[in-house]
Amino acid sequence: MSVSSAPLAKGRRRIPIGAAIGLFFIGLFLFAATFAPLISPHPLGEIVGDVWMPMSGEHWFGTDNLGRDLLSRMIYGARTTILIAAAATALSFTLGSILGFTAAVVGGWFDMTMSRFVDLLMSIPTLIFGLVVLSVLPSNVVTLILVMGTLDSTRVYRLSRAVAADINAMDFVEAAKLRGEDRAWIIFREILPNALSPLVSELGLRFIFAVLFLSALSFLGLGVQPPQADWGGMVKENKDGIVFGISAALIPAGAIAALAISVNLVADWILNRTTSLRGGRGNA
Amino acid sequence: MPKAVMKRPHDESCSLLEIRKLRIEATSYSPGGAPQNTVIVDDVSLKLEKGRVLGLIGESGAGKSTIGLASMGYGRGGVRITGGEVLLNGRNILAGGVQGLRKVRGNKVCYVAQSAAAAFNPALRLMEQVIESALLHRVATRAEAERRAMALFKKLGLPNPETIGRRYPHQVSGGQLQRVMTAMALCSEPDLIVFDEPTTALDVTTQIDVLAAIKDAIRDTGVAALYITHDLAVVAQVSDEIMVLRHGKMVEHGETRQIIEAPRMDYTKALVSIRSIEHEEKKPTTKPLLSVRNIIAGYGGGAVKVLQDVSVDVRPGQTLAVVGESGSGKSTLARVITGLLPPLSGSITFAGRTLTPRLADRSRDDLRELQMIYQMADVAMNPRQTVGTIIGRPLEFYFGMRGCERNARVAELLEEIEMGKGFVDRYPAELSGGQKQRVCIARALAAKPKLIICDEVTSALDPLVADGILKLLLRLQKIEEVAYLFITHDLATVKAIADSIAVMYRGKVVRYGPKTEVLTPPFDAYTDLLLSSAPEIELGWLENAIKGRRMESAGN
Repeated sequence: MSVSSAPLAKGRRRIPIGAAIGLFFIGLFLFAATFAPLISPHPLGEIVGDVWMPMSGEHWFGTDNLGRDLLSRMIYGARTTILIAAAATALSFTLGSILGFTAAVVGGWFDMTMSRFVDLLMSIPTLIFGLVVLSVLPSNVVTLILVMGTLDSTRVYRLSRAVAADINAMDFVEAAKLRGEDRAWIIFREILPNALSPLVSELGLRFIFAVLFLSALSFLGLGVQPPQADWGGMVKENKDGIVFGISAALIPAGAIAALAISVNLVADWILNRTTSLRGGRGNA
Repeated sequence: MPKAVMKRPHDESCSLLEIRKLRIEATSYSPGGAPQNTVIVDDVSLKLEKGRVLGLIGESGAGKSTIGLASMGYGRGGVRITGGEVLLNGRNILAGGVQGLRKVRGNKVCYVAQSAAAAFNPALRLMEQVIESALLHRVATRAEAERRAMALFKKLGLPNPETIGRRYPHQVSGGQLQRVMTAMALCSEPDLIVFDEPTTALDVTTQIDVLAAIKDAIRDTGVAALYITHDLAVVAQVSDEIMVLRHGKMVEHGETRQIIEAPRMDYTKALVSIRSIEHEEKKPTTKPLLSVRNIIAGYGGGAVKVLQDVSVDVRPGQTLAVVGESGSGKSTLARVITGLLPPLSGSITFAGRTLTPRLADRSRDDLRELQMIYQMADVAMNPRQTVGTIIGRPLEFYFGMRGCERNARVAELLEEIEMGKGFVDRYPAELSGGQKQRVCIARALAAKPKLIICDEVTSALDPLVADGILKLLLRLQKIEEVAYLFITHDLATVKAIADSIAVMYRGKVVRYGPKTEVLTPPFDAYTDLLLSSAPEIELGWLENAIKGRRMESAGN
């Protein structure tokens, strides 16, 4: 306790500028996603004007290829995009890390079977695999989340197994085994807290990959189906306008980029705060 | 550079190395707070004549390595030399800039690191690395340098001096590699060599060879040396004078004989009188607590047999010390007893019950009564758990204690290991090395065990701290009636705490019995080697020990 908590608390309040920018944008997007029906000026599918109207006081971002209000679609799009990406990431992390930790702790045939199965899945390019599976399955949000989450979990499995294998060889895990602790305790109480830092940084990255993956799928027409809006799909809908100098496609594209960068800035910051493997409190 | 020396002829008579009022600082950036300046070395002055050896001794953090490196004008990782002068042949090398330092390093001053295994480039042959600095400074042609290296290999007692240079670092043993590194330092015929704990990572039986080789090489080449170590017994063998350091300040400086025979300062007295632990050997009782019978164990399904027909007994409330050099199977024996490595054959009886070979099949009581303490206390504790959780978990797990009851017991245990209640909320990273080991002891005690296996528990600690841990263990043995199986390579430790001793050599128990019996001649060849290799704080011990040896070390 002689390690005073006062300077620590002070350090916690001071947020670096990069992380602050990231937090601001994430907050903005989350706000838009949560309160979409309340704050969007127009309903999702309503045609309010001409095709590809320029930005104006009436329509802040202009209108899209069918004459719908782009701002409203952006706000509803945030909702779909973030929901699906977040759910898929959560699924991939739960699945991947639990299986990865278990494989590292149990070892033997379980580890071998799991790892080779994951190798098999990873040997097929994710996008192509996703396309094949999605073209067979009914196209709805739940399927999308399941497919994306499962495919992504192979990456998380890899990472968490590698991290856990390292930690599993440490003396404190051996001490826990000698004490007679069961696997759940070893995985969740001994290994997980020490594996968090690499996993948190991976979480940010995987969320972004999920957004990009979803956008790619929507762009190819297999993701979110119209009239539902999502950012990737909106790039697709408005891409033809670019030839005529119309910026409608750049707005959702810019939003994807902003989200990607913001999440990474925040993930970096969190990682920095928790990297110290030695210390329990982490460094600034 | 010779010009500079010639300009000041009065310096010729001066010391080879003179450090004046050296001050070394580092800046640490703590979370949230302002950058803090730490003074690592404060106002240290020393003089070293040509051909003399100065021993720098102190516990970790005393600044001894920092001073050693400062003699080459080098500050490790963000460390700054902020004051004082380092005069080599009367010339301040700190004033010479980077170019000047480059001419000094590897040419006039050479360095021998603690871990030769980590200091060699694994991708290059030894000869390339040994002659590199001689070639770089153009003190010799390749042929000359190689000839010189071979002569040095021979002098340092390396096998096949003509061909060993063609090997890669992983193809020679640790003791040999340390000697090759000494050859590397001597190859460019420097004026000064800095030895930074060159034998600390070696077995006692190997250490004695390396020490003797280094001592001979220093004598024959007439080079001056700074010898850095934490082991007073080692430094007493090789150095002419000794400087004792603590917290970056000089405690005492004098001739070796004066320091070890008539130390003036209290701290030096404590260092010299270390391991003066009072322990009365207990007579063996009839019924052993743990009985290991004819254990054969190995890795890779028996392809490598590490333990061959090992039988030992541990009596209740007593200490069995298992001694041997690395590779002798001591730690494997611990793994077999704990059940981490099921033996190929043989049986283990514990408190009247036969222990199952596999850990997974053991009852909770078997696990509870047999606890273990590890060598590296910092990896033996989960860095994300507080001391309270670490000590409290066995209480919850074995006795179902919760809340206040548990906290009270944790406080009691902290009191027993001589740490206060304030440590409950600390994380392992916020403890010193000795405190960490104490917490590990408390964790083992929390289970109320009958036997604790101590695997080299003091070998990573400074001598004074280790002393405290040993005293604590002995005191706890009296209170808790717990038996210890004490694995160590350090005979001084064994003499201090054991009731009976088992000497292991290449997987076999070569000598076993009560302490006095084992330590009374006639000895078998290996026990003799082991006993005679343990350095003693005594002048001329090294020469006598080498003379009296009956067998070579295994060289692991």
